Amino acid sequence: MRDDVRAAVAEAFREDWGRVVATLIRTTGDWDLAEDCAQGAFERALKTWPRDGIPRRPGAWLTTTARNLARDRLRRDAVGETKLREVASTSHHEDPDERDESGVSDDRLRLIFTCCHPALKVEARVALTLRTLAGLTTAEIARAFLVPEPTMAQRLVRAKRKIRNARIPYRVPPAHLLPERTGGVLAVLYLLFNEGYAATSGADLVRVDLSAEAMRLARTLTRLMPDEPEALGLLALMLLHDARRAARLGDDGEVVTLEEQDRSLWDREAIAEGVRLLDAAMRLGRPGPYRLQAAIAACHATAATAAETDWARIAVLYGELARLVPSPVVRLNRAVAVAMAEGPSAGLELVEVLAASGELAGYHLLPATRADLLRRLGRPEQAAAAYREALELVATDAERRYLNRRLAEVTNRP
Amino acid sequence: MRYMLMVCGDESDHEKSPEEMRKDHEGFAWYEEMNRRGVLRGGNRLRPGSDATTVRVRDDEVLLSDGPFAESREQMGGYDLIECADLDEAIEIASRHPIARSGAIEVRPLWET
Repeated sequence: MRDDVRAAVAEAFREDWGRVVATLIRTTGDWDLAEDCAQGAFERALKTWPRDGIPRRPGAWLTTTARNLARDRLRRDAVGETKLREVASTSHHEDPDERDESGVSDDRLRLIFTCCHPALKVEARVALTLRTLAGLTTAEIARAFLVPEPTMAQRLVRAKRKIRNARIPYRVPPAHLLPERTGGVLAVLYLLFNEGYAATSGADLVRVDLSAEAMRLARTLTRLMPDEPEALGLLALMLLHDARRAARLGDDGEVVTLEEQDRSLWDREAIAEGVRLLDAAMRLGRPGPYRLQAAIAACHATAATAAETDWARIAVLYGELARLVPSPVVRLNRAVAVAMAEGPSAGLELVEVLAASGELAGYHLLPATRADLLRRLGRPEQAAAAYREALELVATDAERRYLNRRLAEVTNRP
Repeated sequence: MRYMLMVCGDESDHEKSPEEMRKDHEGFAWYEEMNRRGVLRGGNRLRPGSDATTVRVRDDEVLLSDGPFAESREQMGGYDLIECADLDEAIEIASRHPIARSGAIEVRPLWET
């Protein structure tokens, strides 16, 4: 096949899969039919585009083709008669200005809010989003989450069945629900991103790049909701984290700490875009949790050397974040930033408060942080004890190696 | 679309008589409002699980046991049948149910034929 056609179909798949599925779900109300016919439309494109040429508007061609396939399928199927009337009638008043209460006309937004509905289990929201919006196959999603394919297929079937049977509405939520539900959508995308980010340590090359999918979806969301500053903040956060990807692991597979990373490996273009998006988002009112986290990531990403990091600002940002997100992990991060800005004893004070609260019991980074601060304060015996405590809790080999190295440092001291 | 709200609360609530419950203004307000909205299709409180009898038939033999089929502190203490647009509206109605604050409301769609 001609390379330009192959590229055009691949491009259309990335750009238009979610749009085609979303439109067909609205017109037929049938998620499986929508997916099948979207699939069919892309297969037909592979057959006819080499012969007839690439259509001027591939997305429109695919939507029309998929809708015709749906109509044919429903016509063949006697029970589909009511649905067929719906397909026929909805195609009439389908002008681009057709909007629901929220003032949004893109079907993909309806789809993403439905996929991320809080009445679905979190893993179902993630799987549905990847299948219907991103167009990943069930097998790909199963591999990405390291579960057997039948398990993933079952998860998708159950979720779609609940949407139908419990009548989860296919819409962008009305104004009074929108802030909360938008938060839910952003949470799913961030979870997806982190899943991919954490997985980069594995040597499993067949795993789909979930971080890339998450960033693509976040980018789509910022286009669909241009007035939503937290969506911009999330995309900025992802870009700023992902920019450091190449520097995160050493040749031996060991995690390289931010401080020790080779900053020449950071993706300058991604950092510049992240900072630009963040600046735009910051102008849109009081920052929420994603903008604050992006601002913290930007402090790191724009420091020329580790020593030049603006820790005082990071400490302030973590303080604001802790007020919005009452999480002990955020407070631990704030303690680290305070230690960097004001010295290890100020940080240790905050860590001791956290340790006394018992909220982070069993979390290896609590004793690991204590150990690092004690080491820097020149208290090697106490540091060694804390490193040993952390070693008992740590889960990954890379982190274990790091802690062992530090432990050796403090115990070998004269 | 019809949904059954299965109202699960602490057993002690089920002991209260209808007169005692009526003094609970919050609960009363919910019923008044939902009646006004026209979403209520019926419902009732249940007497406590200690008054329940569970019936099973095994090998044509009728087996009875004293008490509810699942012994737990949270028991279904009543139900309300509602009819509304979709799950979002059902969730909104359930979240304002007087027992939602102390117990739990299970929202189950009915098989619609």
